[in-house]
Amino acid sequence: MLAISRQRILGQSFQKIRPAVPGLRSYSSAAKQITVREALNSALDEEMSADPKVFLMGEEVGEYQGAYKITKGLLEKYGPERVLDTPITEAGFTGIGVGAAYYGLKPVVEFMTFNFSMQAIDHIINSAAKSNYMSAGQISVPIVFRGPNGAAAGVGAQHSQCYAAWYASCPGLKVLSPYNSEDARGLLKAAIRDPDPVVFLENELLYGESYPVSDEVLDSSFCLPIGKAKIEREGKDVTITAFSKMVGYALKAAEILEKDGIYAEVINLRSIRPLDRSTINASVRKTNRLITVEEGFPQHGVGAEICASVVEESFAYLDAPVERIAGADVPMPYAANLERMAVPQVEDIVRAAKRACYRSVPLAATA
Amino acid sequence: MALSYLRSSSSRSANLLKPLSSGLSLRSPISTDTTPITVETSVPFTSHRCDAPSRSVETNPKELLTFFRDMALMRRMEIAADSLYKAKLIRGFCHLYDGQEAFAVGMEAAITKKDCIITAYRDHCTFMGRGGTLLEVFAELMGRQAGCSKGKGGSMHFYKKDSNFYGGHGIVGAQVPLGCGLAFAQKYSKDETVTFAMYGDGAANQGQLFEALNISALWDLPAILVCENNHYGMGTAEWRAAKSPAYYKRGDYVPGLKVDGMDALAVKQACKFAKEHALKSGPIILEMDTYRYHGHSMSDPGSTYRTRDEISGVRQERDPIERIRKLILSHDLASEKELKDIEKEVRKEVDDAITRAKESPMPEPSKLFTNVYAKGLGVESFGADRKEVRATLP
Repeated sequence: MLAISRQRILGQSFQKIRPAVPGLRSYSSAAKQITVREALNSALDEEMSADPKVFLMGEEVGEYQGAYKITKGLLEKYGPERVLDTPITEAGFTGIGVGAAYYGLKPVVEFMTFNFSMQAIDHIINSAAKSNYMSAGQISVPIVFRGPNGAAAGVGAQHSQCYAAWYASCPGLKVLSPYNSEDARGLLKAAIRDPDPVVFLENELLYGESYPVSDEVLDSSFCLPIGKAKIEREGKDVTITAFSKMVGYALKAAEILEKDGIYAEVINLRSIRPLDRSTINASVRKTNRLITVEEGFPQHGVGAEICASVVEESFAYLDAPVERIAGADVPMPYAANLERMAVPQVEDIVRAAKRACYRSVPLAATA
Repeated sequence: MALSYLRSSSSRSANLLKPLSSGLSLRSPISTDTTPITVETSVPFTSHRCDAPSRSVETNPKELLTFFRDMALMRRMEIAADSLYKAKLIRGFCHLYDGQEAFAVGMEAAITKKDCIITAYRDHCTFMGRGGTLLEVFAELMGRQAGCSKGKGGSMHFYKKDSNFYGGHGIVGAQVPLGCGLAFAQKYSKDETVTFAMYGDGAANQGQLFEALNISALWDLPAILVCENNHYGMGTAEWRAAKSPAYYKRGDYVPGLKVDGMDALAVKQACKFAKEHALKSGPIILEMDTYRYHGHSMSDPGSTYRTRDEISGVRQERDPIERIRKLILSHDLASEKELKDIEKEVRKEVDDAITRAKESPMPEPSKLFTNVYAKGLGVESFGADRKEVRATLP
């Protein structure tokens, strides 16, 4: 709880880009700050240290220190037998990773971005996700597929897709998406320890962001539960669900809405599959309004599932139609102005929340 | 099953080698006799980038009789599955292995249960070779609880983890990178064991195979890729699918061996050679020249793309069970009657297993929701009407 209240007080400063000096303590806080990159790196390091069956595999994870430096230092520490640079052959090395997991090892397979996971998607779904079921429990697959997901900046249509909805629709997979450093550490450790295949969706633009972490979070035994969302900010007027980068946007939107007397409850999903329906529904039963926010394509998206779930379970509690904020229904354009229109912005979330709030309030009353 | 009998004047094939010592008046009990016999393979091995092993294979009466019995059992099992499918007790896909039995038994003779095997969907006999039972096979084919996957897998998804059999895969070619992954794990764990990743001539053109082979060669993985070349990928003959149907050479920088896959002893020799190679020098490809009597699956008559003459020709000239029968008879290891008795026994075993399998019930409805995860975390899953059917995953 202490961590949450510190976050609210220092809410403004977290969202700015900090110089990447590790371990530098902010003079305004006693809590340590680490970047998401450091959080992921330390989680991998600790889990590899704790369990000799854990190994890393992917393009540039070893000698290059990681395309985004997430695996920095690990080759040096654990050697080339446990940190493996692969050729650019996703179908082949993903299959090899899944086969190693069949035998009982615990691979962490990196996709340089999840766009490239499409080359290997048959192994993720048919070889990994379904095996425990088809074999009636004989073959479990303790593998983690991790890497940056969703839009970066200016990388164009083939390098910007969000895969949360695709993977989360598949029974047999678990799909996690961290927002801050605490999420990154706790969820990655949970993913590596979990005996099932986990798709771990990071965000390139968050790697360099710093967030405060308590001593508990920094402890090597720290772990977050899979399937539980976190209420990042409590509120009473409207529920906003989000994951990954959009959590930061939702929190900013909540700040803005507060000035207009609208108190938004921001839920950081953390886990896309299993989806924490009970936390979401409990929140909507409290606020009676829901905005779902995601970066990915809108049709058949994460928000669509959340909306359906709330309509099924909490229909009587809704005072307004569920609003969805999502990426634009187009391939990602390159030009900066079009790109800005293709991903949700804070003002989109604010506008949707206001729409949801004014439904049952006559316009005259807002004066 | 110790038998002792006088030498009979049963007919012997003139084409095979006579036993080296033929002065016995009483045969020793065949089921435990491990007196070495040397037999030449039907054809020499053809090699790519390696020195082929010798054509002379060491075997013994016990092994030959085991081959005969095991192959006869597999043959009977597959034919019975054909009938069950036509009787609509088996649904969906059913890919039969009859004709190819020599590979399953020859490979097992060269390896241990600590070595891993992974194959595609034509997996019933491979499963049996790993120690699976007839009941598990028939019950799984009919979707019953006593099946090896408790009825939830079906024909293409047989597994036996305790003997390192990793399935049973429906996606053509996917099993090859998975098999290389098993080999990776064996090397990582320093187990000194190998993996046999089996695939067909149809799968031999898959890109992921070459991706996995490249990595296996780079990392020196103890992976043995076995192309069971039955010359047809579903309805497409090999020469229509592959620019180069010399599958044992397709590994390019990876050594390969071409083997008569209908000769169980040649298979055994090749697998022994391959295991030694893989443990020392990394991946190797084995191409098994084999043949399936049935079509691709039960939906395929198998005669629209090949002639009946071709099929009966192979059956007459190269049938793996007949080869072993002739070998046994020519070496005086058993009489024709004894072999026929074995076939009768095997038939009865199969019939009994089918009866027991039919008695096994279908899975309980609650099993719809089990094994989705190894660790379900208490989350909810839903049936078709989620307001009617929900379950908590354990």
